[in-house]
Amino acid sequence: MAYLAPAVLFVLAFTVYPLGQMIWMSFHDWSLITPPRYVGLGNYQRAFADRQYWVSFVFTLKYTAIITPVLIIGGYLLALLASQPSRLRRLTRTTVFIPVVIGLGVSSLLWYWLFSTDFGLVNRVLLDLGVISKPVLWLGVDADRSNLAIIASVTWKVIGFGMILFVGAIQAIPTEITEASLVDGASYWQRVTRVVLPLTLRTVLLVTLVSIIGSLLAFDQFYIMTAGQPQNETATSVFYVYLNSFPYLRLGYGAALSMILALTILAFTVVQLLLTRRSHA
Amino acid sequence: MTATLERRRARPVGVRTHTHAGRTGYLIGALCIAIATVMLLPLVASLLASVKPTAEAAASPPTYLPHDLSLDSYQRLWNYQQGLPTYLANSLGTALLAIAFTLLLTVPAAYALARFRIPGKEVIFVVLLLALIVPYQALLTPMFLLFARVGLTNTLVGLAILHTAIQLPFSLYVLRNSLSAVPRELEEAAIVDGASSLQVLVRVLVPSTVPAIVTVALFAFIMSWNEFLGALVMMSRGSSFTLPLILAAARTETSLGGTDWGMLQAGITISVIPCVLVYLLLQRYYVSGLMTGAVK
Repeated sequence: MAYLAPAVLFVLAFTVYPLGQMIWMSFHDWSLITPPRYVGLGNYQRAFADRQYWVSFVFTLKYTAIITPVLIIGGYLLALLASQPSRLRRLTRTTVFIPVVIGLGVSSLLWYWLFSTDFGLVNRVLLDLGVISKPVLWLGVDADRSNLAIIASVTWKVIGFGMILFVGAIQAIPTEITEASLVDGASYWQRVTRVVLPLTLRTVLLVTLVSIIGSLLAFDQFYIMTAGQPQNETATSVFYVYLNSFPYLRLGYGAALSMILALTILAFTVVQLLLTRRSHA
Repeated sequence: MTATLERRRARPVGVRTHTHAGRTGYLIGALCIAIATVMLLPLVASLLASVKPTAEAAASPPTYLPHDLSLDSYQRLWNYQQGLPTYLANSLGTALLAIAFTLLLTVPAAYALARFRIPGKEVIFVVLLLALIVPYQALLTPMFLLFARVGLTNTLVGLAILHTAIQLPFSLYVLRNSLSAVPRELEEAAIVDGASSLQVLVRVLVPSTVPAIVTVALFAFIMSWNEFLGALVMMSRGSSFTLPLILAAARTETSLGGTDWGMLQAGITISVIPCVLVYLLLQRYYVSGLMTGAVK
């Protein structure tokens, strides 16, 4: 079919073929200057014994484990506040969503400045309020402190994403149901926990999965705000793939790390697709 | 009685019917304003820092409000390295090419999937959506090797192809849904008049799926304009840098006085403006696209 062919060829060339090559590369030792040599599962075994691989993996999990509940609970509370029709609440919705449309790279640069030790407004505000007595070194010195600063900046950047989807789900609840609970004299929080939350649970799960997948793939914010410092302790999984593939030119090893990452993500995507599929039935 | 019911019906979940006008109302209002302020402050701070004079922009500790207004930072950005016009042209060129590629590939494909009987259609659709399952971050090395072999690294066309590959599944999904929803009677009338299938697509279906096309173009623009890692991998030559790349490079620039914070803020402001404008103008399309994209 002439209409379908260009898209199919495009996907074959720019998604299927690279995927095939990545799988092939992951079984080879290849550093671009030397010809590729078949090593079987060698690259995968190497990852298992690679300390930095585990540092990156555990750090990425830690980042994901902290930021996901913040985004979901925070986003849901914002949605409860902003889902109602008043001009002020619509304005709140719009402003919370604005950072979602700007780039993660650019927002990371913005927060790189805000968290800068001597030139940033975060330290200035905290000093003026007397919360701290001398400027804090937020980024690139202590892994946990860097992580918290980056989580704060990414929360600002993406919390509106979950909020807007939760608003959609809350507004889609049939009014008869709300009416019934009003007649029963349920309090506000009773209605939220017993009516609104159960009826929007599928959206909550979906947004949670989307957030987890996004966080496991985090790169821009760490590349820009800490550059992996101190000592690659804040280099995420994608960051370590990038380091191996490009600056270090360990193409085969980088491909094996990509495969591990892709398979991890796949597990979450499958759950996500099953959830969406069920909603069609 | 009916009136009361109607009024209640119109009220969505969560409204506190009893205390709505009372103290709670004011509290909620104050909370809304506080949240809106917190969300806008970083952007406002960046904008203000971009119009500080050179010395003030480099001051430590930083000032809250500019004591003087100056466009020096923008001037330095204009002349930085290859000059702002080069980077703007690269970013804009890539984004426009990505929109063009995405639409040229997905509108016809969505048409075929929505309207024609093709053997193995389901399988083809799944293959086309493959990129949904494989994150592009994992495919960058083989993509880079492929692009290097055919001379597409350091080109806007190459980066636009990468961005199209990222955006294709979402676009196809949105367009196929939208095209499937167009009533067939419209096309049948055109076919009776002797229109070819291409004429049906261009004259009947495209005009009736404008909202979906706008959504697809909007998402392609925002993604391409903002995308960082792919550009970082594909563009190694300074003259082909996009805006996020040159700003990230300027961050670590340690010339005499260290990072040029004022110039960085000018760059951030310029990068943010198109996204925010496009969003505010096309908010409706953005939100509807997000709903289909994420929740499906």
